[in-house]
Amino acid sequence: MRSDRRARAPLGLKLAAAGGLMFLHLPILLIFVYAFTTEEKSYQWPPPDLTLRWFAVTWNRPDVWQALGLSVRVALVSTAMALVLGTLCAAAVSRSRFFGREAISLLIILPIALPGIITGISLRSAFSIAEIPFSTWTIVLGHATFCIVIVYNNAVARFRRTSGSLIEASMDLGADGFQTFRHVILPNIGTALLAGGMLAFALSFDEVIVTTFTAGQQQTLPIWMLEELVRPRQRPVTNVVAMVVVLVTLLPILAAFYLTRDGDHTAGAGK
Amino acid sequence: MTSAVTFQKVSRHYGAVRAVDEIDLEIAEGEFFAMLGPSGSGKTTSLRLIAGFEQPTAGHIEIFGQTAEGIPPYRRNVNTVFQDYALFPHLNVIDNVAYGLMVKGVSRPDRMKAAEEALALVQLPGYGGRRPGQLSGGQRQRVALARALINQPKVLLLDEPLGALDLKLREQMQEELKTLQKSLGITFVFVTHDQGEALSMADRVAVFNEGKIVQVGRPQDIYARPRSRFVADFVGSSNILPPDLVHRLTGEHRWGSLRPELVMLSARASEGTLPGRVVATNYMGAATRIAVDAEDLRLHTIAPAGMTVPSVGETVFLAFDHGHLHLMDDEP
Repeated sequence: MRSDRRARAPLGLKLAAAGGLMFLHLPILLIFVYAFTTEEKSYQWPPPDLTLRWFAVTWNRPDVWQALGLSVRVALVSTAMALVLGTLCAAAVSRSRFFGREAISLLIILPIALPGIITGISLRSAFSIAEIPFSTWTIVLGHATFCIVIVYNNAVARFRRTSGSLIEASMDLGADGFQTFRHVILPNIGTALLAGGMLAFALSFDEVIVTTFTAGQQQTLPIWMLEELVRPRQRPVTNVVAMVVVLVTLLPILAAFYLTRDGDHTAGAGK
Repeated sequence: MTSAVTFQKVSRHYGAVRAVDEIDLEIAEGEFFAMLGPSGSGKTTSLRLIAGFEQPTAGHIEIFGQTAEGIPPYRRNVNTVFQDYALFPHLNVIDNVAYGLMVKGVSRPDRMKAAEEALALVQLPGYGGRRPGQLSGGQRQRVALARALINQPKVLLLDEPLGALDLKLREQMQEELKTLQKSLGITFVFVTHDQGEALSMADRVAVFNEGKIVQVGRPQDIYARPRSRFVADFVGSSNILPPDLVHRLTGEHRWGSLRPELVMLSARASEGTLPGRVVATNYMGAATRIAVDAEDLRLHTIAPAGMTVPSVGETVFLAFDHGHLHLMDDEP
């Protein structure tokens, strides 16, 4: 490590790194710039002129508010479901040994490994067989399949790093199951749950594929955006929404990153 | 004498594995009791049965006259010092120590005061603000002790509490634990695989092997009069003499145990000595341990510092008082 720090990177490597980062992030800046353009039918570069008009237009469009409301509701509910179920699964898999434990662990993770289109198609046919009409809840169910995985993965990693004797110590000192959960388990897995929950929220918020199969006629924000792109009028409205979404989702993800960063030690280990 | 812990034919089986097998045990109030045995002998499972982390498959456990089966750990007046200390990493030292009072609903000022006192008791006054991660192994050990003592348990269980400490610290903690136990008058039940620790600290020792207690008694009795070859060999080291040889020496056809420090080396043969050849000498500072091949056996003797140590290959004669030869049961 020491030699790495002293040696300076060659100029070529620096340029390549800068180029890579620009390739990743410049398109996002372009989205921002187009939010201010006066040209509404096509994305013309450079923008003929700049205006703040589209913010007012966006504010007054009910379809934007409807899609945003649906997306937030779906993301909140599926994250909440995932937090409860994912934590319980993680606790069961990491705390006890039972027949089929590995298989269950794999089955929980599978939905995120499966292509979303498979999950979507299978859910859609299952809903139609069971004659369940499309509603907010069908979207929530679709999103919960992968939100649970995110929470589960975060929680199971933290459970593994939390020494099992902590729970016994708490019980030994007079705490019942609920007190142990509140005073020992929750503080030790709390940041992992927060991080998992934020990631799950973000994933649910911008999910398109599973949603198209489980939403019916309803529009979540990403689906609204997709449909908006093919319309010729008021195009910069999409960009305004995109900009707000980027800003709003970036903050929790940064927070999640900082919260889980310094949790690398084993909780409760002797050394 | 009130009995603190009673086991009546207690078993704990895991499938076909008999971790604890029909154990009878009586621990008296105020006693410093050691459970000694190799790993997998059932001593830790027995401790966990007292703590309530395990439930017996069969048999009956009483703690101060009250039935313990089915009572969860948090409703037993018993506390544990864990092998890995199990300090809560998200709490500082004082909150760790006060945890037992916190879950009982004791007010913050009261429990902080009690926790300070407990820390002073284990000679860590003023360490309350630190995190467990900032403490050394020996300090964590003391915090774990203070945390377990704050609930004023009737029985304190210690699961190999000194295992992770270095030798010097271990010896110091052995003395401190013993002093603490005498001054508090609490029953201590101590699990260890270190026979020296068990002998030096405990009032009484139970020797475990393969899920059973093979002998219970005062350290002096167990050391001087081991019941079986296993106890003779596990508690201290011993020269185990087969029945045929013992028969020739004493007239009784039984297994014999002879402690190395009771065997003397003699340069010439006389009545009752065994001739042998020195195969190894092991210098240990205060004494030298000498291995001698005699009567088709590898026997050991201890030569205190100052004695002339024979060289390897030399022929010597082993002399001992036949009264020191302890006869044992036939079981292994």
